[in-house]
Amino acid sequence: MAITQLSVFLENKPGKLYEVVKRISEAGINLRAMTIAEVRDFGILRIIVSDAKKAMEVLEDDHIITTTEVVSAVMEDKAGALYDILQALESANVNIEYMYAYTGEVTGSANVVFRVDDIEGAEAQLREAGVQVL
Amino acid sequence: MTAYYQKEIETASREEILKIQNEKIRKQVKHVYENVPYYRNLMEEKGVTPDDIQSVDDIKKLPFLSKADLREAYPDGLLAVDLKDCVRIHSTSGTTGKRVVAFYTQHDIDLWEECCARAIVAAGGSEEDVLQVCYGYGLFTGGAGLDGGSHKVGCLTLPMSSGNTDRQIQFMMDLGATIICCTPSYAAFIGETLAEKGYKPEDNKLKAGIFGAEPWTEEMRQNIQNSLGIKAYDIYGLTETSGPGVAFECEAQSGMHINEDHFYAEVIDPDTGEVLPEGSKGELVFTALDKEAFPLLRYRTRDICVLSREKCPCGRTHVKMSKPMGRSDDMLIIRGVNVFPSQIETVLLNEGYTPNYQIEIGRKNNTDTLDIYVEADPSKISDKIADIQDMEASLASAMRTMLGIGPKIHLVPPKTITRSEGKAVRVIDNRKLHD
Ligand SMILES: [Zn+2]
Repeated sequence: MAITQLSVFLENKPGKLYEVVKRISEAGINLRAMTIAEVRDFGILRIIVSDAKKAMEVLEDDHIITTTEVVSAVMEDKAGALYDILQALESANVNIEYMYAYTGEVTGSANVVFRVDDIEGAEAQLREAGVQVL
Repeated sequence: MTAYYQKEIETASREEILKIQNEKIRKQVKHVYENVPYYRNLMEEKGVTPDDIQSVDDIKKLPFLSKADLREAYPDGLLAVDLKDCVRIHSTSGTTGKRVVAFYTQHDIDLWEECCARAIVAAGGSEEDVLQVCYGYGLFTGGAGLDGGSHKVGCLTLPMSSGNTDRQIQFMMDLGATIICCTPSYAAFIGETLAEKGYKPEDNKLKAGIFGAEPWTEEMRQNIQNSLGIKAYDIYGLTETSGPGVAFECEAQSGMHINEDHFYAEVIDPDTGEVLPEGSKGELVFTALDKEAFPLLRYRTRDICVLSREKCPCGRTHVKMSKPMGRSDDMLIIRGVNVFPSQIETVLLNEGYTPNYQIEIGRKNNTDTLDIYVEADPSKISDKIADIQDMEASLASAMRTMLGIGPKIHLVPPKTITRSEGKAVRVIDNRKLHD
């Protein structure tokens, strides 16, 4: 099952990131994962939160915010773990647009988030390779 | 010893100049009244006939012409002679409908080139000189005007046109250019490029530069003078009035002498249209006294400046205008190109954006920068950087087509453009030209 990632468009100006995080925090939403992709003038803050719908509500009024379905897979803390996952996706010919990782709920594991062109194909392939998909 | 191109007229007494102006204006008003129905209608609406205009003092009775009239009369509604008597056109930058097409008879070209020749001689030019023209050639008046003036003076003319800085520098060095004509920002850029290439100011043979077509500051003048090792002179003109050379700076470098035997200047209150006394700051208005094909009477330039009849050490007697201190309407001059905020709005609407934007003009490395901040529609924004960059690039390209210069586009979230009293601040000009 794919999970919902929020992408917030941020101008590259002081205080912009702070404001978003503050808003989420004040709404009592847990920020599970975040990454920023940035170029010179702007950035895109990609976040996974405990309540995507609520986070949308507190941000959408004055932010450019989009939702994206992403694949999240559990990766064990051992050599070659990412390689196995990527190999599974590679064999299914899934194109990865970007990825990032965050600490998993189970000690000794991490969650890897993939934005891919074929979510169902990616998830099926990962399961077949014995990877746990969130 | 000051040199003049046409000493007699350039140093004529006030009385002599007035006599010439009075003779010319009587003839000119009659010419326009008889041949330009558009202006005749304006005169009739005001109840003015050619008989009412006996001297330049009566010019204030005539109706104004504005950019809007020129737009309405596009392309040839203000033409005063048969097309067969015209030999050339020039045109302003800008989009169709906002363009001005100016027509010239051979007489008009000659008088314009003479004005430019006066400017070149005032900058120290003579037949001994090698004059490099890096203004654009073509519809733009800059290249043609200075080129023609240079021929009249007898300089060796290098018709370089604009751009290709490496080639400009190669010709400048190899042919020993002594006078350079271009926009001040391009002169500054050439100076920097020469320094980067390891040249010192004394390595070139340049002694003077004639710079115009965009606003520039005293600070820029100093920079250009130092980096090129020259004296930098200002020149003023509009396509509507011929082109560059309507007014030019002399060795005193303190204002531009207006060629009063061809152009009558007034300064008016831009709100009431009332003529202001000498020395007041107001909008500059020109009347072409002897142009044949495109003789604009009381054309409102929108440039704010001051006229001065203080005696000039150069010996020229023609009135001097200050550097324009601003525009009386919202037209922006960016890199020498006229830009209207309304054009930017049009592009935004055409491209599916809301007209919530802000223009920020700056100056970096002596070149104007144009940044346009546009509030984006969240539903159209992807979460991929490349997609957003594509949107910005595509909007920038549409802007370039419309404006003639390329801006940097910044998409910003909705409601983030600064608003004061509920009204968005559209233009932020950081060039600090007129402080
Ligand atoms: Zn002078």
